[in-house]
Amino acid sequence: MNAQMLQPAAQPHTAATTPTPAIALERLVKSFDARPVLRGLSYALPAGRTLVIFGPNGAGKTTLLRTLATLARPTAGRALVAGLDVVADAGEVRRLVGYVGHQPHAYEELTARENLLFFARMYGLRDGAERASKLLERVGLRARASDRVRAFSRGQAQRLALARGIVHDPAVLLLDEPDTGLDQEALALLERLVAERRERGLETVLTTHHLERGLRLADDALTLVRGRIAYAGAAAALDVAAIERLYAGERLTSPETGGAA
Amino acid sequence: MQSVLQGSAKGRLADISRRAPVIGAALAWLGRYGELALLALTTIGMLLTIWAAFIYAPTEAVEGPVQRIFYVHVPLAWISYLAFFFVLVGSVMYLWRRDERWDTFARVNAEIGTVFTTLVLISGSLWGRAFWGAWWVWDERLTTSLLMWFIYVGYLALRAYTGRTAQGARAAAVVGILGFIVTPINYMSVKWWRTLHPDQVLPLGGTPQLPASMIVALMISLVAFTLLYALLTIEVYKLERATAEAERLRVDVELSGQE
Amino acid sequence: MSTQATGARLAWEQFWAIIWKDLRSELRTRQAWMSMGLFALLALVVFNFAFDLRVENLATVGPGALWIAFIFASILGLSRNITVEQDRGPMDRLLIAPVDRAVVYLAKVVGNVIVISVIEVVALPIFAMLYNLPIIQPAIAPILLLGTLGVAAVGTQFAALAANTRARELLTPLLIFPLIVPVVIGAVRATEALLTPIHDDAPWLGLLVAFDVIFLSVSAITFQFVVEE
Repeated sequence: MNAQMLQPAAQPHTAATTPTPAIALERLVKSFDARPVLRGLSYALPAGRTLVIFGPNGAGKTTLLRTLATLARPTAGRALVAGLDVVADAGEVRRLVGYVGHQPHAYEELTARENLLFFARMYGLRDGAERASKLLERVGLRARASDRVRAFSRGQAQRLALARGIVHDPAVLLLDEPDTGLDQEALALLERLVAERRERGLETVLTTHHLERGLRLADDALTLVRGRIAYAGAAAALDVAAIERLYAGERLTSPETGGAA
Repeated sequence: MQSVLQGSAKGRLADISRRAPVIGAALAWLGRYGELALLALTTIGMLLTIWAAFIYAPTEAVEGPVQRIFYVHVPLAWISYLAFFFVLVGSVMYLWRRDERWDTFARVNAEIGTVFTTLVLISGSLWGRAFWGAWWVWDERLTTSLLMWFIYVGYLALRAYTGRTAQGARAAAVVGILGFIVTPINYMSVKWWRTLHPDQVLPLGGTPQLPASMIVALMISLVAFTLLYALLTIEVYKLERATAEAERLRVDVELSGQE
Repeated sequence: MSTQATGARLAWEQFWAIIWKDLRSELRTRQAWMSMGLFALLALVVFNFAFDLRVENLATVGPGALWIAFIFASILGLSRNITVEQDRGPMDRLLIAPVDRAVVYLAKVVGNVIVISVIEVVALPIFAMLYNLPIIQPAIAPILLLGTLGVAAVGTQFAALAANTRARELLTPLLIFPLIVPVVIGAVRATEALLTPIHDDAPWLGLLVAFDVIFLSVSAITFQFVVEE
């Protein structure tokens, strides 16, 4: 993690200092009208790691991501990004975080380029035009830069969404099922993006239903089952079968099982 | 009658009892018998009001006996404004503190305020009919009351539609705030409009010189209705809190059954 | 990372970015303009039948008809505008950026004012012809602006409220109408005063200004609670 980007009073990163976790959850609870979705999650993602979140439908993956993106407000407990509280320091968190949700949702009447330009302006970036061009090139949409999003296929819209998510080069990128609807080429693009971010020491959090891919892309894994953490630890310690057992409600005997169960 | 004290409140009471026994005793008594006392006082107050309005107060020279509606109409109006002010307070506090109890406080006041406003409109209409021969006049007070009625009915409709959701509570709080703030402006607008476009001369209810006995009657009535308001607010508040708690428990049971 | 704008400067840029985005989208669909414009015109025509407007009545009833037409058309249009941001999707994209919710609200209001104003500018000469009233004067501009601002301020807030609570469509007008009474009174009276000058009239424009300022300020603050999840 680029310490300067995240902590204004930057400390030199020495072995003696404990780096602030990229993401920290402290007994996080999120309920929607008396129905709890996240039931007291406690977890910390160390700096520079890539995290994959698994879980059956309704486990709370999207809610967790949205909470980290400051789109949903915790009912109880806290969520922190780079040591900043998502409620108290929401503005700062928004600068650091990029979020790509389920639906690609871009402004349909605008062109791809105009969409990116708009979001660049929303982040206060001066070089919006340049970024837009580079990003469009990168996600393979240069040919459609001046076409209205209305005419895009789902895969193309998804790519644009990805470009939009990183327009401000966020320190923490949250991707909610980014692989749905992508073709081979786009999937390769996604994987390259994740790998590149890891090299740069930036964090990426993604959810996916494709278990094998998730394990391959990430360093750490979190498994949510019905709003609770069933597993928290290295991705390497899991395999597809283990995850499916977790979904079924079994406990793993791994010493890494963390969080409330 | 159930004690309204719980948990930490009991602890604080024990504290106070140690340090100031008389106050502690008074508070304890209030806790146990407060509501009964309020009910008794309200009943007495209402009976007194009936006496004051119909017997004690003199008959008004111009309007005749009909004018006695005044002793009901005016306090109802004042208290409905008070209730709506409390909706504002509850709404602001809820958005600030996120404590559900403030939301309940706002909601209860909206309900009671709306009921009182309905009575204001009905009594005002009856009075107008008797005195001016018209069921409705567009004077600034009645009109503002009518608009307020719509605002808070809208508030209640919103609450009914959104159910017991946090989103609904926040939305209602916004309505509660904006509704109250716009009301004085509504009043001014209608007043200017009526002043400059009068179609009838309206000697409004607030007759300038009231004899002392009328003022006394009005004060009695005001106190009685305020007590009534307090009683209603407390009871409906407790009811609402209990309903919310029951709902929470129901959801808990349902969910634990699923696991 | 390149130099980033911050603070007030950023808010200003975001404000205009949102307006630009909304207007651009609007220009390309032209949907809203067509339906709102036609609705306003239709309303004006129907009023003629409803109120049996003979020549002597026109000056008295005209301003009222005009503003009813504008207000209803606006409310129609506003619900649609927020529906564009509905389904949480696009609104999320906006909310995830480090933008003050008050800025979002004010930008939406101004965007709506611009859209509605275009319709008003087109409808006005037609109104002048149909009702034979000398309404095309420079002095009509502030009245139109302040009145439309008031309607947009209320409408934008409640359209967002309805969208975020998924309250039914009927609820929005119910919530809006009691609150825009000052606008109705102020705008119509001011327009009347324009057509038939009265000697000591109330400060109707002042009323509109006061309402607009108060409502916009409070709404700007409460908007964050409306769009929150």
